[in-house]
Amino acid sequence: MSKEDTSAGFDCRQAFAEELAILAAADARVVAVCNDSVGSSNLGGFRKAFPERLVNVGIAEQNMVGVAAGLANAGLRPFVCAASPFLTGRALEQIKADVVYSGFPVVLCGMSPGMAYGELGPTHHSIEDLAWLRATGDLTVVVPADPQETRAAMRWALAADRPSFLRIGRTKVPAVSPEGLEFVPGRAVVLRPGRDVTLVAIGTMVARALDAAARLSAQGIDARVINAASVKPLDEATLLAAARETRGIVTVEEAVVHGGLGSAIAELLAERHPARMRLLGVTSLAPTGSTAFLFEHFGLTAENIARQAAELLDTL
Amino acid sequence: MQTRETPGAAAAAPLVADAAAIARWRALRDEVAAAPAERRMQILRASSTHVRRQVLHTIHAAGLGHVGGDFSVTDILVTLFDAVLRIDPARPDWAQRDRFILSKGHCAAALYAVLASAGFFPEARLAHFAAPLSPLNGHPNRRKIPGVETNTGPLGHGLPVAVGCATAAQITHQDFRTFVVLGDGELQEGSNWEAAMYAAQRGLGRLTAIVDRNRLQQGASTSDTNDLEPLPDKWRAFGWETHEIDGHSHAELHAVLSLPAAGRPRAVIANTIKGKGVSFMENGVEWHHKVPSDAQYAAAIEELSK
Repeated sequence: MSKEDTSAGFDCRQAFAEELAILAAADARVVAVCNDSVGSSNLGGFRKAFPERLVNVGIAEQNMVGVAAGLANAGLRPFVCAASPFLTGRALEQIKADVVYSGFPVVLCGMSPGMAYGELGPTHHSIEDLAWLRATGDLTVVVPADPQETRAAMRWALAADRPSFLRIGRTKVPAVSPEGLEFVPGRAVVLRPGRDVTLVAIGTMVARALDAAARLSAQGIDARVINAASVKPLDEATLLAAARETRGIVTVEEAVVHGGLGSAIAELLAERHPARMRLLGVTSLAPTGSTAFLFEHFGLTAENIARQAAELLDTL
Repeated sequence: MQTRETPGAAAAAPLVADAAAIARWRALRDEVAAAPAERRMQILRASSTHVRRQVLHTIHAAGLGHVGGDFSVTDILVTLFDAVLRIDPARPDWAQRDRFILSKGHCAAALYAVLASAGFFPEARLAHFAAPLSPLNGHPNRRKIPGVETNTGPLGHGLPVAVGCATAAQITHQDFRTFVVLGDGELQEGSNWEAAMYAAQRGLGRLTAIVDRNRLQQGASTSDTNDLEPLPDKWRAFGWETHEIDGHSHAELHAVLSLPAAGRPRAVIANTIKGKGVSFMENGVEWHHKVPSDAQYAAAIEELSK
């Protein structure tokens, strides 16, 4: 594999659009709400199939989330589809008050999260979303790793009838989920068993963690790999077992490490079973560069994940 | 540890409908609907006086609240609940109900008094306003209070949610209407104008926004802070059918709120007086959230008893 490759694999927005159409065909309550983002959220097909059920409020994120709450009040099941930086940053108070505190079944879909917008810069990166939303009341926060998990999370979110946030990736990823995967909140998926060290990843980073585990294997290190797509609630049992059964934990996320997945796991383990940890993620607003460049810049590569894991074991 | 008998446990109890109050409210609605105009206004005025007394009592007992705005919005709320809204307090989740949203959620005491009058919960529960673990929070919570449609408090949230309700009615071809009351100061929040623009774009004729135009915000007049004028022109420019009325005239409120739905959203700028009904509170900016002393409470109740 080349050092960094983000050209191969699947854009989860495609699976998202297809699944949304399937859900809408089966359930007349399903509507899509967007902020002029028909193109970037891949909703062209949805608009064609269900013109009355696409609510495009224009470039107005606060109104978008408030409108979604009102639609839910009147019995509909809105999927809010908007670029994650603007959905979560601009409309955070609407997410808190209108959706989460009010308890409406709105599915917030943060499209093209993390640093998917590469060269467009920090204004268009959504690296704070996990920290903000983890702190926001009773909201389920999900970061699917591939198309199959994206579809499973959407099916769950509609059936769950509660506030949820799904991060829908644009950066291409390989399929990593086991056949027949169902999304269950609070349940992580162990993708690879291992006894020496545990790599916990979400979204785009899951495939890289698997790659890192293969590299570690070549060095004689047996790495467990966990996809912790359910960032909130966490799968406490699986993570505590990893802390007990392996000698260290490396977390990897395309988000700021302060307040995201790594923080969530560190908080859990600090109270219940302290473990050696390395928290990999985004550590500052990004310089100019492509997504692939920025992954390298912040050490979000299989090579660095493997190195950090090996170093963590060496320091013991 | 609290036991079932302690006042704390009583305050924390869930709110349930009051059948006797619902029966009284239904009789009042029927009388309002059947009465000639003069008698109708008499009934609504009496209802407003009752609500203002309840608000005073609630805020005085709790030691907190927003009495000035509660009194400016009282006649609007009373007209809606006693003469306009298609609701059934026995079925707060009835799908065909009209939606009512109080965007200026800090005037919760007035909303709670009106909801209790209609029997959504017993009036005795107003004594638990803001008490520890009470469902009657300082700002309304739909998950705890029957009759509340969405949780408001931060300003500029009610109109977008109301636009969502009205959009849902349009998409699903339902005939319920949506009414939202906005404070005038909160129109300084940009989210209102995002929503106003979109409501006109969709032609949401079953949506009515009522602006409680009391001309005062927390610490000063709106004109000295971030002037809203020309306010009717702004709504017209955003594509709304716009009316300007006396927000303390039940006759004018009833007339405009009873107009049939049109092809575009309707804005009603209701000119009001903050603190209306108690002479020493009227137009006093300090009464935004000042709590009356025992002597002021007694004097205010006496004025409201005349």
